[in-house]
Amino acid sequence: MADLILQRLTKHCGNIDPYDIDDYTAAGGFKALTKALLLMKPQEIIDETKASKLVGRGGAAFPTGAKMQMVHDAPNNIKYVICNADEGEPGTFKDRYLMESDPYQIVESIIIAGYAVKAQKAYIYIRGEYDKAIALIKNAIERTRETGYLGKNILRQRFNFDIEVRTGAGAYICGEEFALIESLEGKSGRPRYKPPYPPIAGLWDCPTLINNVETLANLPYIVLNGGKEFRSVGTDSSSGTKLICLSGNIINKGVFEVPFGITLRDIIYSIGQGIPNDKELKMIQIGGASGSCIPPSMLDIKLDLADMRQHDLSPGSGAIIAFDNTRCVIDIVKSLLRFFAHESCGKCTPCREGNPQLYNIINDFSNGTATVDNYKALDSLTQTMQQAALCGLGQASPMPVVSTLRYFKEEYDMHLSGNCPAGICSLDGGQAK
Amino acid sequence: MVEDIIMRHGATEDKLMPILLDIQNSNERHYLKEEDLKTVSKILGIPESRVYSVVTFYSFFSLKPRGKYIIQICDNAPCIVNGAYNVIDDFRRALGIDMGQTTNDGMFTLEHSSCLGCCSHAPAARIGGELYGDLNTDRINSILSELRRQ
Amino acid sequence: MTMINLIIDGKSVTVPENTSILDAAKSINVDIPTLCYFPDQNIKGNCRVCIVEVKGSRTFSVACSTPVSEGMEIRTWSENIMNARRTIVQLMLANHDEDCNTCIKNGSCELQDLVQKLNIQQDNPFRKVLDTKKIDTSTPSLVRNANKCIKCGRCVDMCQETQQVGVLFDAYRGINSEIVAGMGKYLNDAGCILCGQCSTVCPVAAIYENDETERVWQAIFDPNKHVIVQAAPAIRVSIAEEFGMPAGTITIGQLAAALRRLGFDDIFDTNFAADLTIMEEGHELLERLQNGGTLPMITSCSPGWINFIEQYYPELLPHLSTCKSPQQMFGAIAKTYYAEKIGLEPGNIFVVSIMPCTAKKYESARPEMNSSSVRDVDVSLTTREFARMIRQAGINFASLPEESFDNPLGISTGAGAIFGATGGVMEAALRTVYEVVTGNTLQSLNFSEIRGLKGVKESSVNMNGDTLKVAAAHGIANAKKLLELIKDGAADYQFIEIMACPGGCIGGGGQPYRTTNQIRQQRIDAIYKVDESMPLRKSHENPAVQTLYKEFLEHPLSEKSHKLLHTEYKNRRY
Repeated sequence: MADLILQRLTKHCGNIDPYDIDDYTAAGGFKALTKALLLMKPQEIIDETKASKLVGRGGAAFPTGAKMQMVHDAPNNIKYVICNADEGEPGTFKDRYLMESDPYQIVESIIIAGYAVKAQKAYIYIRGEYDKAIALIKNAIERTRETGYLGKNILRQRFNFDIEVRTGAGAYICGEEFALIESLEGKSGRPRYKPPYPPIAGLWDCPTLINNVETLANLPYIVLNGGKEFRSVGTDSSSGTKLICLSGNIINKGVFEVPFGITLRDIIYSIGQGIPNDKELKMIQIGGASGSCIPPSMLDIKLDLADMRQHDLSPGSGAIIAFDNTRCVIDIVKSLLRFFAHESCGKCTPCREGNPQLYNIINDFSNGTATVDNYKALDSLTQTMQQAALCGLGQASPMPVVSTLRYFKEEYDMHLSGNCPAGICSLDGGQAK
Repeated sequence: MVEDIIMRHGATEDKLMPILLDIQNSNERHYLKEEDLKTVSKILGIPESRVYSVVTFYSFFSLKPRGKYIIQICDNAPCIVNGAYNVIDDFRRALGIDMGQTTNDGMFTLEHSSCLGCCSHAPAARIGGELYGDLNTDRINSILSELRRQ
Repeated sequence: MTMINLIIDGKSVTVPENTSILDAAKSINVDIPTLCYFPDQNIKGNCRVCIVEVKGSRTFSVACSTPVSEGMEIRTWSENIMNARRTIVQLMLANHDEDCNTCIKNGSCELQDLVQKLNIQQDNPFRKVLDTKKIDTSTPSLVRNANKCIKCGRCVDMCQETQQVGVLFDAYRGINSEIVAGMGKYLNDAGCILCGQCSTVCPVAAIYENDETERVWQAIFDPNKHVIVQAAPAIRVSIAEEFGMPAGTITIGQLAAALRRLGFDDIFDTNFAADLTIMEEGHELLERLQNGGTLPMITSCSPGWINFIEQYYPELLPHLSTCKSPQQMFGAIAKTYYAEKIGLEPGNIFVVSIMPCTAKKYESARPEMNSSSVRDVDVSLTTREFARMIRQAGINFASLPEESFDNPLGISTGAGAIFGATGGVMEAALRTVYEVVTGNTLQSLNFSEIRGLKGVKESSVNMNGDTLKVAAAHGIANAKKLLELIKDGAADYQFIEIMACPGGCIGGGGQPYRTTNQIRQQRIDAIYKVDESMPLRKSHENPAVQTLYKEFLEHPLSEKSHKLLHTEYKNRRY
């Protein structure tokens, strides 16, 4: 399994005291920042990031270098960096892992990003449930400021920069870039329509670089080793490593840093060590709650943007949830839709009204009250939501339905005729709660 | 004091959420009183309706008094397939209340939570601002006794 | 200005950059259906009805919020679009109270129109999820029915951005989203000023005027009641819109004819009372100027404005003129002076007003508005309710002959007429004050600086060497600017006119639905045309007003005037 697990981002995790800045420095910390500020110009850092072909690690996979270029080039004097640490995608806990194990790396990455796009201030928006990560990041920022790597004239360069911690308050939608920005501005987290996009008009309508924790965490490596070196691991379409999170019915749960290009089979059986309790794998969901749910027959697909796109899949946040054969597909989809209905911000019609209606229909399957007409309703509803919803939540929440209809249709048919193969659904016409 | 909390953060519109979180955490029943919200509205210079909008949008805020310890139980897919429904039943039985309710002695409130990022230690809950994983009946009982002792 | 070339439905289009797809399509007569979109407001982009296909995009683009870009290829109609639009509207209907037949917006509802336009005849495949909520009838002016709300956000934009009173906002999340007032209260407890601007933009019946037409019918059909009606200045340039005529059509004669056919006993004119207001207010201003009274003096005929200052700036109440509004002055005179003339007790007279205003319902019900010993004005109806009565009685408005208002309370001047436009009260007052102070006739009656839709307008008049500086603001957002100046001691004016509604009364909360700035301008232009068409254009020249003083009130600011025509305000700090 040696070549399946790498240690670019996770090199310090578990090996240093996350509170201690000296530990971090002794392990090589702040070397990247020093090199960036003293030996590189902002455009050079952006060029290396472009050369690395790094794409966003939060789920949207947008080319990071191109995003940084847009913010860098924007004419405003005031610019912001936002580190999106509102990790809320079910099955995802990699950012928590990074923040709790190596907070100084996150802080250093943000400063490098700020220098590259010529920003003066950064916010790191950490979800409110991550109390420990909040404490560690706050501590790391204070220590970093004391040491002089934050504040005015950092490393005696004409670069002033500071980071402020803000916390969420229990709204998954605030992981969406504009919902997060609205939240920072003191409002409810309702996404804005796009364009304009954050690099042009983001926080307080200023050019804003907003990136996931893991994305930014790649910057020190790129600065120290160059973009070309970064590409030495991974595939043509997906360079570098990805932090994946294994959970569900799998033996070896946790965060693993893997190169792009390994197969899902490697992930489930080599890294994950397979399914516990002598059960068999029934289904895996890749990318988070809005990811595709696929059968074991597709395990030879590689963790790779291009390969996955061919199968209408995406690595998403890196979450991989395994479900064994004691689980019911309908029941799982129902729980996912309940999550989306609860987290929908309510602004646009397709998502606000569509998610509860999707839930109702799937609940009918679970109750045994579904009819054949429901398939047509599911089709028109999922299509409408995917194409007409205002933001990624409403566009992606139908995916579990769409993918299970495609790969697990027989489970729907069986529930339709009053049979739950896993024996979980009550099928009693909604009598029980 | 609400005014002190506001001054500490700065009386600007963008600080609304940190201010509300601090006000809520400053009282033992973890909720926001209407008169405090009116004070925030007045000092920050934003309409009451906007303050109310933020309070009702985010799951953390409550307009009703809750328990000293809020027990947020995750019921998303990774936790469900690792026994989250049993955890919910255990808590309900141990405390004699239903989800969304508070015990009569004002100690505990049970709430549903979306994914807590604790999936590798499912089933999980967040209690009094701390994450607890690998929950089972024994662990739940010992956690509750420990909290009662404090 | 950069021009953008794009293709819409196969046709080449060239428009300036930053044009939305919606407007670009309109320029070639392609009408993409919309719902949450409203001109003059911020783009919302939440209903998702105006979706179009853009080549190269895997999702629809929303026409109202997407700017065109060079080489864009757009299709406004396809099978995908048809299915998606239908699904979106069906989703809305599944969470909407569909009692269309008895709904106040039956026939003028934008959701109904959309269902018809999209030819949705199928059964709704989605379950009804409406969670019935209580209807808010806490105020005399407006009713809120959350069961009809489609969360378009137009009312929020109006209250937060245009009026900046800030009562309405969206709260909660997901399917529980709703528009709330204040901290989730009823309107009477949320600092609402009842201006009703929200009700003019609501596409459905989620917020609407409190319809009191039944009360008026009962009075008209009651043989024991002598029912008097007064019609506001704004009505004569707006009512025609309710019957399909273009905005700004002047129908003074038909207005009187319609009122007569509805069965009112006396057809009188609020414009008469407007002239009376100028007499009282003009002299009140002069008294303050001469005797060091509180300046600047602010007009007091807009009840939405009064509701605002009482709740939000009560410390500035001394600046208000003590004059009642024309509506209320009329009621007091009708039930005393006129009652005597026709030999009736005030209790047997029922006064109805036709107003462009929702706040007037609250004003007429204020406890102190009973100088005649009974309620001075019994019912205030909005333009919309008036139109309903006309339709109900089978009156064909467009083909009515031109008739006149009755004497004596139907005689008015052009100065009274212009009350309906922002700046009009100020101008009417200046026409009289100038002549009273200087003893000279005004050369030009048009104070153009004080007219128009600019938010805050300034002017000055030279009178015998003294300069009188005046300002006029319309819409609460602009009113606040002047109030803050006054608080800072920096308001360099002696006399200020404030109207709660954008455009003044012609843009009132009780006016025909979907009033836009363009329509406001057309109504304003019509009002000044009415003024210019009148034989008398200065309030002090109104012979009926002169007679009223001679026979009854004696002189402006007399003891009788104070009792009947002046009022006090309350500190109702919110």
